[in-house]
Amino acid sequence: MKVITANFVTCSVKECKTSPSAFPLHFHDAELEMQELDFQPEFIRNVLPRIDWEALRVTANELGFPSLPESKPEGEALDDEQTLKDLHRLLLETQVMEGRLICGNCSHEYVLKEGIANFLLPSHLV
Amino acid sequence: MSRPEDILPPDLFYNDNESRKYTTSSRIRNIQADMTNRALELLKLTSPSLILDVGCGSGLSGEILSQESPEDGGPHVWVGMDISPSMLDVALQREVEGDLFLADIGQGVPFRPGSFDAAISISAIQWLCNAETSDVSPEGRLKRFFEGLYASLRRGGRAVCQFYPKNDIQRSMISGAAIKAGFGAGILEDDPGTKNSKLYLVLTVGGGGLQGDITGVVNGMEDVNVLDARRKAQELKGARGRKGDKAWIMKKKEQMERKGKVVKQNSKYTGRKRRVAF
Repeated sequence: MKVITANFVTCSVKECKTSPSAFPLHFHDAELEMQELDFQPEFIRNVLPRIDWEALRVTANELGFPSLPESKPEGEALDDEQTLKDLHRLLLETQVMEGRLICGNCSHEYVLKEGIANFLLPSHLV
Repeated sequence: MSRPEDILPPDLFYNDNESRKYTTSSRIRNIQADMTNRALELLKLTSPSLILDVGCGSGLSGEILSQESPEDGGPHVWVGMDISPSMLDVALQREVEGDLFLADIGQGVPFRPGSFDAAISISAIQWLCNAETSDVSPEGRLKRFFEGLYASLRRGGRAVCQFYPKNDIQRSMISGAAIKAGFGAGILEDDPGTKNSKLYLVLTVGGGGLQGDITGVVNGMEDVNVLDARRKAQELKGARGRKGDKAWIMKKKEQMERKGKVVKQNSKYTGRKRRVAF
């Protein structure tokens, strides 16, 4: 699972839809892998406004990355190629291969195996 | 043709063997590629976007999203959901670029609001019309899915779902569920009436300059006829008029004449209103 996806995914339990603590899901025992992908500045510029920066800081912290700047790069900062490259590296090239994603609200565990998250729910939680 | 939907639930039907067969068959690959390209054409994306692939299977359609050339607005980054572990296993072996989720789309779409630029689904949502256990219903699953999809798309986003309905009931059940969830919906049919006919449910989320009508999506496309059932119904009502008025009588007389019946000649008195009699 790419870090960018972790910034969009929420708990799929019905009761958690309305709870603010259900996002972001928290990583535990994460094993990372770098996978090179083509650098696309256009894509980063397109998707950055939708990134929840606070959640990204939390995720990056849990994955053991050096802390991110306090606020989201905006305006002129987006013309700086190095900033975009760093974001590309964090958001798209960093993959979580193994581990668990835990909801902050209901503590439901989603297991990650070989980069695939298991989001199947038992029917009583749907 | 046999329908896999009638045989087993999707997670069991697509076992290791079926998944491998599905992915290696060149016939299926070609059909899937054609449909994915058609769906991309309908999405009209102009810049690299984040796309949700619903029922991604082994990533046949996702591969095309990753390979889309920069001139056509690609390459796109995609996230795939599928319920069959075997299919996802094949996707892993093929080293697709998208992120994969083992998830049931009938349980909702677990992404926060406004996540995706677009969504695409190739031959998947007809599976929602089957309920495998007694505690879920097809209507409920369709509702969960479309509501989740609607929320996870950004405003002005689009979704194109190619599907194989078993009959007209399923077809209207699926499009009805999409409309109830808030989508602007319409169905595009390729090669209608033939064995190869393909249905594309085109969904729009608010705005996008389409005014709640998807006919704008196909505007400017070649070989597309717009059949708008709503407009037709209104026009017909206007043309036929009320029963018993002059236009109605004239039409009836014409019909009878065509049948070879003896019909009185038309005159200035035909269909004229009588004076109110006390």
